[in-house]
Amino acid sequence: MTRFNIVKRDDLPKKREWFIRTLAILFSIVSAGLVIWILGFNPMEVFPGMVKGALGTEIRLTQTILKAIPLIVTSLGILVAFKMNFWNIGGEGQILMGALAAAYVALNIEGLPRLVTLLLMMVAAMIAGGIWAFIPAFFKARMGVNETIFTLMLNYIAIKFVTYLQYGPWKSPESQGFPKVATFPDNAILPKLFGIHIGWIIALVLVVLVYIFINHTKKGFEIRVVGESKETARYAGMNISSVIIIAMLISGGLCGLTGMIQASAVEKTLTASLSGGYGFTAIITAWLARLNAIAVLFVCFAFAILLQGGSYIQVSMQIPAAVADMMQGIILFFVLGSEFFIQYKISAVGRNTTQKEVA
Amino acid sequence: MEGFLAATVIAGMPLLFATTGEVITEKSGLLNLGVEGLMLMGAIMGFVAGYETGNPWMGLLGAMLAGAVGSLIFAFLTITLRANQVVTGLTLTIFGTGFASFMGKSYVGLVVPQMIKDFFVKIHVPLLGDIPFIGPVFFRHDVFVYFGYFLVVAVALYFYRTKRGLNLKAVGESAASADASGINVMVYKYLHTCIGGALCGLGGAYMSLVMMSVWVENVVAGRGWIAVALVIFASWNPIKAFIGAFLFGGLSILGFRLQSMGIHISQYWVDMLPYAATIAVIILSSRKNKKENQPPSDLGKAYFREER
Repeated sequence: MTRFNIVKRDDLPKKREWFIRTLAILFSIVSAGLVIWILGFNPMEVFPGMVKGALGTEIRLTQTILKAIPLIVTSLGILVAFKMNFWNIGGEGQILMGALAAAYVALNIEGLPRLVTLLLMMVAAMIAGGIWAFIPAFFKARMGVNETIFTLMLNYIAIKFVTYLQYGPWKSPESQGFPKVATFPDNAILPKLFGIHIGWIIALVLVVLVYIFINHTKKGFEIRVVGESKETARYAGMNISSVIIIAMLISGGLCGLTGMIQASAVEKTLTASLSGGYGFTAIITAWLARLNAIAVLFVCFAFAILLQGGSYIQVSMQIPAAVADMMQGIILFFVLGSEFFIQYKISAVGRNTTQKEVA
Repeated sequence: MEGFLAATVIAGMPLLFATTGEVITEKSGLLNLGVEGLMLMGAIMGFVAGYETGNPWMGLLGAMLAGAVGSLIFAFLTITLRANQVVTGLTLTIFGTGFASFMGKSYVGLVVPQMIKDFFVKIHVPLLGDIPFIGPVFFRHDVFVYFGYFLVVAVALYFYRTKRGLNLKAVGESAASADASGINVMVYKYLHTCIGGALCGLGGAYMSLVMMSVWVENVVAGRGWIAVALVIFASWNPIKAFIGAFLFGGLSILGFRLQSMGIHISQYWVDMLPYAATIAVIILSSRKNKKENQPPSDLGKAYFREER
């Protein structure tokens, strides 16, 4: 029986590493195509349709960038938490709470200059998102409460709470019974530059800032150490509780900022569906980017193509947009699997009579 | 009151299957966070198979297969390819949600065939169903519910009264020691992950085939995650999972009950209850430090035979 030897390899040339990853993504596209084909659609129409729908015209490209912006900012937030091995899957809730705080400022504070209003909204959103992330961080740091379930449950609570406001106390009297929060005044709407709201500048600046924070500051270093080994961190005399809480305040703050950007520039009001699944997609993009802030930029743009392409084929070919969600899963399955071939070397050792097969 | 408790049993059923499934998976040392996705895959495949064939057994089989195949992907990635369990589980949920919504697009609003409705009609168990209070609450339900009772007892017996159950515990506590004592660790891990997934699929099918009897998008609505939390609440014990499932089933229908009693409280606040209660549960469970309430020691860790 052929026996396989699995050995951890120390250094794989970067080139080969990326070759394996590219191969994994190619495989995932082929498998996604297969699934699409089994479900009765023609992948040769679906894939080109998606690319055309995302990049084909200037308007579609704008739509793609509009989807990339919240994805980048949220992914950066998720990245900070994941670096620390803290599984923040509460991005959706943090986005919504940020949007809620921004909406409160936009609808209640009048007469300030536009710049001041917008800055106030951003600060409020970051604080609200930060608080929503602080709660599970506090319990994790103090009592070791499982953060995965905690952050996820807070998503549902945030959604229900915003729905309650939208249908109840915050319902606009001018909406003729339709459950809708009032539209923001012009002062509270992000201006545009080159036809796209300035969220794209915010996103680019944040990519650089988060990169510097994680790789070149003391706090960023501490976050990485806590993520790799709590024992090492403790041995080095770090205050783990405070590292967890600070990292989560940043993580939730960034997600909250996404909420502000979406509420101000895209929806121009507060809605319960404003988070649009970005909190979950960001988990995938952050991981695919190997938790590297610069790589986040490119991965998120690629995923924005996938999302925009998905909604385009829904309209133009009557293919459910959920095909994009499914593809996200398939791509990540393959990339997760490919890590094995990057970390380990496998060689067949010919025939073996005495030993059992190593499964 | 009896009516409310009987409705609680129904509402708790999807949680019961999913929680029991996840307990089995976690006992083998694998933390599968894809329960929500598995339930959705089971819900849609159970519905599609049931709808297309009109045969309830095909519906159940479809749901179990969907759950088992979904968790097989998880098992292959995490056991053989040693991928991160948390991220793989999350991916499974994202994949399952997309899969169910994609597959279900053309079934939205369709009702399950009469043959299946007849199969899951309420059966009054002779004798047991006549016991005052207990009868109407527990023994006047569909066969699916009775299978749920049977499952809990069977799994408890398997865990605590059989050699294989003991082996499973060894695999979850320390895969290396189990391996050294001659237990086939890989087979145990694969098998229990797939059985756990099949049960999650059944939990989803209960929602689509019996509770709703009509396909609605995102029918599972977070119950998979509540199940993951219930595993902690139940401290990996199937009997406690039974109690937890009905407690949370009750919370999820409390809103209707309160409204029918004329108590006016916003629906949205009541809707928050199961999620808020889940948070309370995981906070309280983290305070428990009795030995038998601890998770399997190897939970979430990949097993490297070569690095033993």
